[in-house]
Amino acid sequence: MAKLKQEALPWLFLVPSLAGTAVFMGFPFLDAVRRSFQDAMGVRFTGLKNYRAVWNNEAFRLAAGNTARFLALCIPLLMAVSLGLALVITWRRKGAGNLRLVRTTLVLPMVVPAAAMVLIWRILLCPDGILNQALTVVTGRLWETDWAFSGHAFSVLIATYLWKHTGYDMILWLAGLSGIPEELYEAARIDGAGLWQELIYITFPQLGGTAGLVGILSVVNSFRVYREAYLLAGSYPDSSIYLIPHLFAHWFLNLDIQKMTAAAVMMTAVFLLPVAAWKVTGGRRP
Amino acid sequence: MKRRHWFTGAVLLAACLLVWLPLILMTAAAWMPEDELYWRYLSPLGMGRDRVRAALLPSYPSLAAMKELLIGSPGFFAMFWNSCIQVIPVAAGQFLIGAPAAWAFARFRFPGKKQLFGIYVILMILPFQVTQVSGYLVLDRLGVLNTHAAMILPGIWSTLPVFIMTRSFETIPEVLTEAAYLDGAGVWYTFLHIGLPLGYPGIATALMLSFTDGWNALEQPLTYLKDKDLWPISLYLPDIARDKAAVAFAAALITCFLPVLVYLNCQEELEQGVASSGLKQ
Repeated sequence: MAKLKQEALPWLFLVPSLAGTAVFMGFPFLDAVRRSFQDAMGVRFTGLKNYRAVWNNEAFRLAAGNTARFLALCIPLLMAVSLGLALVITWRRKGAGNLRLVRTTLVLPMVVPAAAMVLIWRILLCPDGILNQALTVVTGRLWETDWAFSGHAFSVLIATYLWKHTGYDMILWLAGLSGIPEELYEAARIDGAGLWQELIYITFPQLGGTAGLVGILSVVNSFRVYREAYLLAGSYPDSSIYLIPHLFAHWFLNLDIQKMTAAAVMMTAVFLLPVAAWKVTGGRRP
Repeated sequence: MKRRHWFTGAVLLAACLLVWLPLILMTAAAWMPEDELYWRYLSPLGMGRDRVRAALLPSYPSLAAMKELLIGSPGFFAMFWNSCIQVIPVAAGQFLIGAPAAWAFARFRFPGKKQLFGIYVILMILPFQVTQVSGYLVLDRLGVLNTHAAMILPGIWSTLPVFIMTRSFETIPEVLTEAAYLDGAGVWYTFLHIGLPLGYPGIATALMLSFTDGWNALEQPLTYLKDKDLWPISLYLPDIARDKAAVAFAAALITCFLPVLVYLNCQEELEQGVASSGLKQ
């Protein structure tokens, strides 16, 4: 009896969460997989027809390409910038106080709602905005680019994304950095290692596990960039920032269930790759 | 050594200015009277073309916009409360339901634990769009579409908070819980008196992240709420610039107020909580 109670115990803690997760996350996911192989009414099995339709869909190719380009550029950039800042903070901290104000400041953008910042980005980026004025002064000719709606929209999106998420990643890196034993550095210094050698032979290898997690959480955050894209440029932005969420919003309006579910399954497959990679490269436990 | 000091100082100062300047611009504009606002920001407000004349302080500070927003704009208030109604129950639910689950993942041994947690991690990574249409159909069948519950129910069971709380619980030394059991403390007692207090940073982090995320919600209300009367505050600003430009900046500032206040109050926990999710164990 006591043993039975022991075994049932974890499930008592888990069941409320499991049940709801199954209903609101798990079931919809499996339902999407099922529907992706069926016709519009969800009765006849149609094989890969929906997938072919999605794959040959021009808008899908555009959105998937843009999204892939965004992820491929943004995530390494975000990780590099936040790691750089974390390193600078760690170096500096060895001398002086703990730089609380700096850390507070850098995380702040994460909690500022995207909608609140849109007007500020327009002040910066509109044809009569600060950026164009600055460029006019520097280059000596008149600039009137509408940055958020031009072919530069992609760079604008990356900049706003970095502005918002660098702080969060930086805290993760700081935690990883503080976990590196100080003795390693001392030993290296006795052997005459310089700053770069310390970085390459101690810091980077020791941060392997953290890097996996930062990467994963950055991917989790990456699709939120749709908020900035939508708020800055609306439902029909410049084609360079037409992303998967834009496409889904349009398909949703037409209730194009087959295309949405087939694309969702394809996306899931792509998103599972980094998890698999993380598992393989040393995130021994999830 | 001295050079390094200057270099790091310059980098950090530049980074901080990049954060502060836009926020100061917004704060200043919230206290400008209508004519100053139109003189400075006609073009960004979408009301015409004129050179932007940015300012870090208002030339003629005025409470007019704030007053108009807080007293003369019932629509803004309704949406502010909608956000509260949609966000606070989500955080409460994540605490009541997610924290015990996280404790089970962090502290108990049971068959299938690794696989189950793996599924949670995968669900955490999948973007909203993957379950957009099927989630919609589920909410439709439950009859909660176009109600606050359509925002609350899926939010409670998002799996990111469980992940963060699990990571935080895992940093509690095993000896502490073992000692409690040896002293005859029950499982629930241990959870409530050791798990919750020591895992507090992770719990606070998880709830704070879901609060700010809910306050920011865009895809969910656009998908699940047809009725504009139910829309949260995050959808007020995109609409406002057109008809009430004079209060747009004041509205932006008020929208930031609550999340920033929450953040400043628990930034220490946030740093510890985020950090513990990154620690190798």
